[in-house]
Amino acid sequence: MSGYDAIIVGGGHNGLVCAAYLAKAGQRVVVLEASDQLGGAAITRPFAPGFRVSACAHRVHMLPRTLVRDLGLARHGLAFAKVPAPTSVLCADGGHVTIAGTQASGVSAADVAAYKKFAEIWSRFAAHLRPVLEMVPPRLGTLAWPDLTKLLRVGLQVRSLGRGEMRELLRVIGMNVYDLVEETFASKLLQGAVAFDAVLGANFGPRSPGSALTLLYRLAAEHDAAVLADTSGGVGAVTAAIAAAARSFGAELRTGAFVEKIVVQGDRATGVRLRGGEDITAASVISNASPRTTLLDLVGAAHLDTGFVRRISHFRSAGLAAKLHLALSGPPAFAGLAEAALRGRLIVAPSPDYLERAFNPTKYDGFSAQPALEILCPTMTDPSLAPAGKHVLSLVVQYAPYTLRGGWEAGRQAFIERIIATLEPYAPGLRGQIEAAELLTPLDIEREFRIAGGHWHHGELTFDQIFMLRPVPGASQYHTPVPGVFLCGAGAHPGGGVTGWAGHNAAHAVLKAAA
Amino acid sequence: MDTVTVPEAFRKPFLPTPFHARARAACMTDQFIGWSGYSTVDVFTTVEQEYFAIRNSCSVYDLTPMIKYRITGAEAELYLNRLVTRDISKLKTNRVAYAVWCNDSGHVIDDGTIFRFAADEFLLCTAERQLNWLLDSAIGFAVHIQDVTDDIAALSVQGPTSCSVLKKAGLDGVERLKPFEIGRFTLGDVKLTVSRTGFTGDLGYELWMTPDAAEYAWDTLMAAGRSRGIRPIGSQALNMARIEAGFIMPHLDFVSAEATVHLERDRSPYELGLDWVVDLRKSHFNGRRALVKEQQAGPRRKLVGLDIAGQKPAGKSLLYAQKSCRKEVGAISSGLWSPTCKRNIALAMLDMPYFKLGSEVWAEIYMCRELVWERRVVKAVVVEKPFFQPERRKLTPPADR
Repeated sequence: MSGYDAIIVGGGHNGLVCAAYLAKAGQRVVVLEASDQLGGAAITRPFAPGFRVSACAHRVHMLPRTLVRDLGLARHGLAFAKVPAPTSVLCADGGHVTIAGTQASGVSAADVAAYKKFAEIWSRFAAHLRPVLEMVPPRLGTLAWPDLTKLLRVGLQVRSLGRGEMRELLRVIGMNVYDLVEETFASKLLQGAVAFDAVLGANFGPRSPGSALTLLYRLAAEHDAAVLADTSGGVGAVTAAIAAAARSFGAELRTGAFVEKIVVQGDRATGVRLRGGEDITAASVISNASPRTTLLDLVGAAHLDTGFVRRISHFRSAGLAAKLHLALSGPPAFAGLAEAALRGRLIVAPSPDYLERAFNPTKYDGFSAQPALEILCPTMTDPSLAPAGKHVLSLVVQYAPYTLRGGWEAGRQAFIERIIATLEPYAPGLRGQIEAAELLTPLDIEREFRIAGGHWHHGELTFDQIFMLRPVPGASQYHTPVPGVFLCGAGAHPGGGVTGWAGHNAAHAVLKAAA
Repeated sequence: MDTVTVPEAFRKPFLPTPFHARARAACMTDQFIGWSGYSTVDVFTTVEQEYFAIRNSCSVYDLTPMIKYRITGAEAELYLNRLVTRDISKLKTNRVAYAVWCNDSGHVIDDGTIFRFAADEFLLCTAERQLNWLLDSAIGFAVHIQDVTDDIAALSVQGPTSCSVLKKAGLDGVERLKPFEIGRFTLGDVKLTVSRTGFTGDLGYELWMTPDAAEYAWDTLMAAGRSRGIRPIGSQALNMARIEAGFIMPHLDFVSAEATVHLERDRSPYELGLDWVVDLRKSHFNGRRALVKEQQAGPRRKLVGLDIAGQKPAGKSLLYAQKSCRKEVGAISSGLWSPTCKRNIALAMLDMPYFKLGSEVWAEIYMCRELVWERRVVKAVVVEKPFFQPERRKLTPPADR
């Protein structure tokens, strides 16, 4: 098979989104996925006999409405609700705090008011910064009109907040989230919950610089996002719908197709070579793989300049979040928590200090003695994921270093034990219910999902690695230095989460280059 | 990639070279200068005497401080071909090539010579240390890079009688070495690698040896060359010869792109007049995409040779479009009264379009005569370089003198 307009390397959700947009625009597109299942890090798969789970990403809360509309995802089986499920912040003595929208409950009247005010102003920040996410970032160091007008647009977005809120945004954007929540709320649980969202998936703690930025980033992505009403089938169902949309526009989707290298001839990508020797040609090759994998492994340093290789090598991409999947013999019971709360998310982050202490050991290649947790019980809304009467818990666990002192083989059981011991005070009977447990360390995530470093954003979201600096200058407009090679994954702007923005923006850049 | 061994010059400043005891004894001026962490001679007796040894008899110059990197491995050729602008796949075993290497934006980091000893073994000689750049360039290549500066002592033997001196010293067959060729010889018990290379534009050779052989080699050469006007020379005399030969020097004629702070102050090979070492047809190399664009647009400035009226050397003069000095169009980077050419010559960077051959510009020269300053504005014409290019530099075998 030959003669495509575009090859997408990797069938993660961004690759599929990109394929769908390109096919919709009339391009002949093929997606080449190395594994046997489409979806990348957004899949549902078995982890114990009879039990299935959303293996890496386990929450879809950032899916843009434009994407749902453009790709007609409702036609492909997704149903949407109006209100996101609430978050319960677990407290060992049962005095849990619940957060739903701008409402916090279980805290003092002052904190209820403070949270409402905070949520409203940050939601306006998020609304004004949201357009940045759907933008192909401007280039650095040029005076070309399209780049200047983009910068101007970002500036106007910020300015249009009004003088007072713009000043507040500029005051807080460089802060660390620890100081931010300390000055805003009295409740340690509430502080912990907001700080937790800032560091979730990140390679830093609440006291690290830039942690208020990631909170803002997260809120911007969540702003006005489509909310799934029916989560049947887990996150994999979302990627399946995107895949179906891509197919309906005419994209060809191949699994078990491992791209060994991107073929470059005469300083231009001409296609790819698959393991096994098959060559596929195309005018453009768009990679959903992480920037380092794409550029250093698939393209190769020989086609790149040293300075650029140096920058790509220094793109910080070590993950610090693990996944734990528990197969339970019955419904989990959290002390003092109504069963309905299990339809939402639970978090264990009782204070910002707790989070910072959990982060500390990772600086020296250790895991958290008492990790912070994001807990979902997907079987509450989709019983099909487990045998009748049984349940699944899916946990994001922070922090687990990419390189563990002594190695993960030796440390794996000890860490699982630490996580369960952390859960026990909140769910006293849980230990006896566990039938099977699967831990995915960042190293496992790297291996299973082919994400160099095992970071679910493919690379840290920090001031020096976002927007026109993401992943690195010289590759931050979805283009790479090699003509015809594009990036469309989480390593490109605006980063990870099941948003599809990177795939959407990359398709835009590819079409513009082809025009 | 190898773990990095720290060169001795980093531990101790002004390290003596293996020739230091001999140089110290021969140096009548005590003018030593620092060079890449080593102490070397600037002037042994007088600059003029040493300069004329290069052009009229035989000069010996200690070039041990030249930074030397041994580059080996299955992909050493691919590595170097990606590093430098020239096509190294065309460099045959036992041959030497002059090369420059650029950063991503196509600006020159340094120039140097590449020696090919085998299909997978090279020596890169550079003016500046740049292991960091070389190691980062090695990402993705099966290659080993080692700083061997301390492990190799080197002497440059240059001048019309240099071949005769080497023959007399016992280097049988050295006369058959062609320009840029490498040969192996013995000098008494000492093994030498000899390349017909140099920085003078004259007939000459460079001798590479282990440090323990250095003093023996020095003594043997000096004894063999006594009747042929052999003389140790310092850096000042060499600098005169290299300007006549049209060779550029980092820090003097350009600043390494890795060292410039101001974006406008780094230079491309096209701007340095080194078009001939840029091969845009070979596979990708550092800076290629930027150089393709620059070649299409044409350089905005260029390093050229100048012939300046009068006899007053124009050291670092500013250059103007008119005698009235209204419009500044460039500056001289290196210049001297050439004793051999009997011309007042210089290397200068000139803006477009003044760098064209035959263009006339005006040099503003300041002179201090017994503490009284005088200013002259003299005409300068863009001319071909090199200024001095004797037949003997290429002749094989060279004339027996």
